[in-house]
Amino acid sequence: MDELWQGLAHAARLIWGFDPDLLEIAGLSLRVSLGATFVASLIGLPLGAWLAVNRFRARRVVIAILNALMGLPPVVVGLFVYILLSRSGPFGVLGLLFTPTAMVIAQVIIITPIVASIAHQALRDLWADYHDLLISLNASRGQRIKALLWDGRRALLTASLAGFGRAIGEVGAIMIVGGNIDHVTRVLTTAIALETGKGQFGLALALGFVLIALAIAVNLCVHFLSRTERSGRW
Amino acid sequence: MVGSILPLQVDALSLRRGGRRILGPISWVLAGAGITVVLGPNGSGKTSFLRAMHGLERINHGDLQWAAPMSLVRAKQSFVFQTPILMRRSVVECIAYPLLLDGVPRGQALIQASDAATEVGLGAVLNQPAQVLSGGEKQKLALARALIRVPEVLFLDEPCANLDGRSTRDIEAILAVARDAGTRIVMSTHNLGQARRLADDILFLYNGQLVEAGPNSILETPTTPELAAYLNGDLLP
Repeated sequence: MDELWQGLAHAARLIWGFDPDLLEIAGLSLRVSLGATFVASLIGLPLGAWLAVNRFRARRVVIAILNALMGLPPVVVGLFVYILLSRSGPFGVLGLLFTPTAMVIAQVIIITPIVASIAHQALRDLWADYHDLLISLNASRGQRIKALLWDGRRALLTASLAGFGRAIGEVGAIMIVGGNIDHVTRVLTTAIALETGKGQFGLALALGFVLIALAIAVNLCVHFLSRTERSGRW
Repeated sequence: MVGSILPLQVDALSLRRGGRRILGPISWVLAGAGITVVLGPNGSGKTSFLRAMHGLERINHGDLQWAAPMSLVRAKQSFVFQTPILMRRSVVECIAYPLLLDGVPRGQALIQASDAATEVGLGAVLNQPAQVLSGGEKQKLALARALIRVPEVLFLDEPCANLDGRSTRDIEAILAVARDAGTRIVMSTHNLGQARRLADDILFLYNGQLVEAGPNSILETPTTPELAAYLNGDLLP
């Protein structure tokens, strides 16, 4: 218990002192996770909407697979991306391994199913409401998806934030494809794993508290900027 | 009218759901001008009949023959549901939505929609979320949205169910204006007074069958025992 308090105090000192290493690590964490969330939302939100409005034979199978992929083990994804990006792999020429880009790629693979699945569940209910109207108004498939994405944007925010939450706390995949290289690919989670391994519990805890604070801050920012959870809004 | 989608030939139309025939076979011709009122007890097939003509239902047997290609038909008819389906947008954006679908520039669509909203008496609530309107206002919004494309045919499924007298009168006035402007209206109702006030002709459905059809006067002189009983207020088996 004593270590927790020491960790908290250490965290406060690090943040208060604007520790340059901490800022760099936290900044990279944010950049990688927000980047991955952005790309995953670009893919996952329209995919969720598309699944909500389309009825086809394999639909249930696709949704079942999507839900199963939500539990994709990050270590396996990391290994997979590592093999693809390694020198001898098909994308080796791009020289992406052990770069932040590789970390973004791995996280996109991990969180896109989450974003798509939550988006699909939210938009399925909205589509049940809108179905007759949009058919009656003769809206094209693209227009239906657009209407769902726009009118369901607040629910979709939750989907993106869930993806962000998974990304910022993820360690297995980015450890493998990023390599936890100081000043290059070290992020909060990999730094915590390293410091814990070294027995530096105080520093590890401090970084942990910074990570939690960061996640809360991003969520608060998004909710504040999009003005959700206010009366008279949806 | 050039490029008219009417007449609509309904030929032995029949719908089956869950192994049971819920409508038909019905043969009928939708033509001319004015307001057709579809009467009948609950479960008689009024809603299914209107939805089938509008193209919202899968038809099992029979045929619908419009006088124009389907793309034109789909664009020139609209539907008002018994429970208004409102988008999660402001009143004026809801009404403008069909225009936006047609590719009308947003600014112009919003101006046109505010005019339409003002015409049906929603001028004071233009920028409020549609979901917070009262029941009568919601139905007026649905009506304004249905009319904004200036449809040639307008279907309404019990538009005044659960509305008070004042809202009903407002909606009937809007419908009368639309009719005078040349929109062919087909509506269902349980309100016999409304049928007497609005109908140019009457369709009486019972158990999915078209039992009696004729001008407004058949409300006074029904020829089938079913319609007579219905008008009498008897409970049909």
